[in-house]
Amino acid sequence: MAEVTLPPREGFRLSQLLYDARYRSLTIQVVAAMMLMLSLAWLVDNTVQNLAALGKDFSFAFLWSTAGYDINQQIIPFTSQDTHARAALVGILNTLLVAFMGCILATVIGVLAGVLRLSKNFVVSGIMTFYVEAMRNTPLLIWILIVFAVMTEATPQPRDFREGGGASMILWDSVAISNRGVFVPKPLWGEGSGVVIAVFLLSLAAIFVLRRFARKRQEQTGQQLPVFRLSLALFFVPALLAFFVMGRPITLELPELGGFNFVGGIQVRNSLIALWLALSLYTSAFIAEIVRSGILAVSRGQTEAAFALGIQPNRTMQLVILPQALRVIIPPLISQFLNLTKNSSLALAVGYMDVRSTLGGITINQTGREIEGILLLGTFYLIVSLVISSLMNLYNSSVKLKER
Amino acid sequence: MKKSIFLGTLAVAGLAAGLASAQTMADVQARGTLKCGSNEGLAGFAAPDANGNMQGFDVSLCRAIAVAVLGDAQAVEFVPLTSQTRFTALAAGEVDVLVRNSTWTFSRDTDLKLDFVGVNYYDGQGFMVRKDLGVSSARELDGATVCIQTGTTTELNLADFFRVNGISYEPVPVATNAEGQQQYLAGACDVYTTDVSGLAATRATFENAGDHVILPEIVSKEPLGPVVRHGDNAWGDIVRWTLNAMIAAEEYGVTSANVAEMAAAPTMNPEINRLLGTEGELGAMIGLSKDWAVQVISAVGNYGEVFEAHIGENTPVGLARGLNAQWTNGGLLYSPPFR
Repeated sequence: MAEVTLPPREGFRLSQLLYDARYRSLTIQVVAAMMLMLSLAWLVDNTVQNLAALGKDFSFAFLWSTAGYDINQQIIPFTSQDTHARAALVGILNTLLVAFMGCILATVIGVLAGVLRLSKNFVVSGIMTFYVEAMRNTPLLIWILIVFAVMTEATPQPRDFREGGGASMILWDSVAISNRGVFVPKPLWGEGSGVVIAVFLLSLAAIFVLRRFARKRQEQTGQQLPVFRLSLALFFVPALLAFFVMGRPITLELPELGGFNFVGGIQVRNSLIALWLALSLYTSAFIAEIVRSGILAVSRGQTEAAFALGIQPNRTMQLVILPQALRVIIPPLISQFLNLTKNSSLALAVGYMDVRSTLGGITINQTGREIEGILLLGTFYLIVSLVISSLMNLYNSSVKLKER
Repeated sequence: MKKSIFLGTLAVAGLAAGLASAQTMADVQARGTLKCGSNEGLAGFAAPDANGNMQGFDVSLCRAIAVAVLGDAQAVEFVPLTSQTRFTALAAGEVDVLVRNSTWTFSRDTDLKLDFVGVNYYDGQGFMVRKDLGVSSARELDGATVCIQTGTTTELNLADFFRVNGISYEPVPVATNAEGQQQYLAGACDVYTTDVSGLAATRATFENAGDHVILPEIVSKEPLGPVVRHGDNAWGDIVRWTLNAMIAAEEYGVTSANVAEMAAAPTMNPEINRLLGTEGELGAMIGLSKDWAVQVISAVGNYGEVFEAHIGENTPVGLARGLNAQWTNGGLLYSPPFR
């Protein structure tokens, strides 16, 4: 009778942490985590020690002291007697403004360039290839400086708009393009303008309802309504009627030459235009590539099937290709939006007063609170990026493939 | 156990880093060069010449310190700093001394933990405009667009001046003097404002300098001087007394031409003798050689010589001595006695 002897059960030995595949990965992770924490602790400790050696404390109290400097582009009112915190807020709003405008324009140009690059027309696709490669293979800072230099050097000074100056305003003397910015008319809201706006908003809602109704009708009966013409009429006619009925309450304040500069109207500063255009053009090149890859990712059979059903090429793009391509496009598009927002911190190069220039520039410089200021700045960009990416993720989940 | 040893080492390393800031002199000597924070380009004060050597009024003070500490006027590494980065660079130890048209103010001297050790140029903020604007006073600048270097005292003075006078302006922030000059010349701003010395230096580089005027109003006090880190008093003493030696040398008529002769044998003036080391042991008291001032003056010159060579009335910058004359000539330059 053979005796079966089981190998003796061994207890846990320390060497198993290194030589036993069951525990090894755990060991490595624990060691790595400890080293990471130690180096973080060292960084913090070093900072604290050095601050102490310099005799500096760590405090955010500077935010509530008087800023003392002026900011040219203010979305909310700001004077030099306001606090550094308010200056930071003015900067934050300026950052958000240029980021928002940039994301929209970059998307528009990017989608156009991406679609056109796939064009069968050799000239069109060639131009778009050149555009994309030229834009994305040169540093953004250079584009910002180029646009800014063109805006300041190639446009006339305000004094040239005087008699015999050689420059004149465009669009019936309502818009002036000068080297200090573009001056556009400013709407003045008189009494009764609320009614006009309400009517306009109502007609927008009516357009929305009309389009839904038209689609439902088409799905049920196959009959089409002249949606475009009806929408156009709805857009203009009621608002214009209300405008005249209320006695023309909305007037335009035209920019006029004052002592040194144009007064009246809205001044869109060159720094904003340069930053906005450069950010949009640069990012649009990356978006174009994303759009192109998204379109190419849709199988060729989809196009052929659409053609076989007799759908026109542009309707095919609109109804068949783009909705499917969006699923591929959206996730990398999010990172481009984040890039654009963070790249807007290059604003300092053209003197655009974004949050990097106010909080991260002048405030830090006048108060000497580098660590606190940069921490706040980092936190701001982190929060903005997280908000943008969560909003875009919501949109992504609405367009992604729904499995039922 | 191991962890506590590790943390202990860290603490010691941290302490060593802290102590390192208090021995700038030893660091400079070990390195063999002086790191001097300078302007990134301001004619007459700090700008490279045709051969790429840094030249200028502020640069000369850097060279004087290098001569005092290292005995070599060329042993200077110039670190160009913008108005925004200068104090951070100094506090972080990237430069040993900052000589960059920096205004001595209360908060910079105290809250920023820096030490201004003297004044090498008494200045004030002014405004430059094109002559054909027909402006004769800064109070007529209502609605003007003003180019201004960010991170400077002038930025704050500007806001105060316009607010107090109840007039409005549009600030156009620029990062460097070169950028301000380009914007001003392109007409993107009506007015360029900075210290009057800076305006004169900038105007000197214009093609048609005569088309531009500096308005008569001086809206602030801007005492410009060398800056060191707070807490290293021995180093601060060296910088302070190098500047004072140059000022005192002018007062006593010691120049780069006659310093060798004066230092050869004791003169009748005991103050000169102590300055030049033929009497007493002043050099040893700040850890320098006996004839350190002789070396400084023969290599760089006295204050007046440096002033005339770089920014004086016979240079393109063309600044009069004004407040920067010796106290004996009705100016503010006044070196404490060498005793």
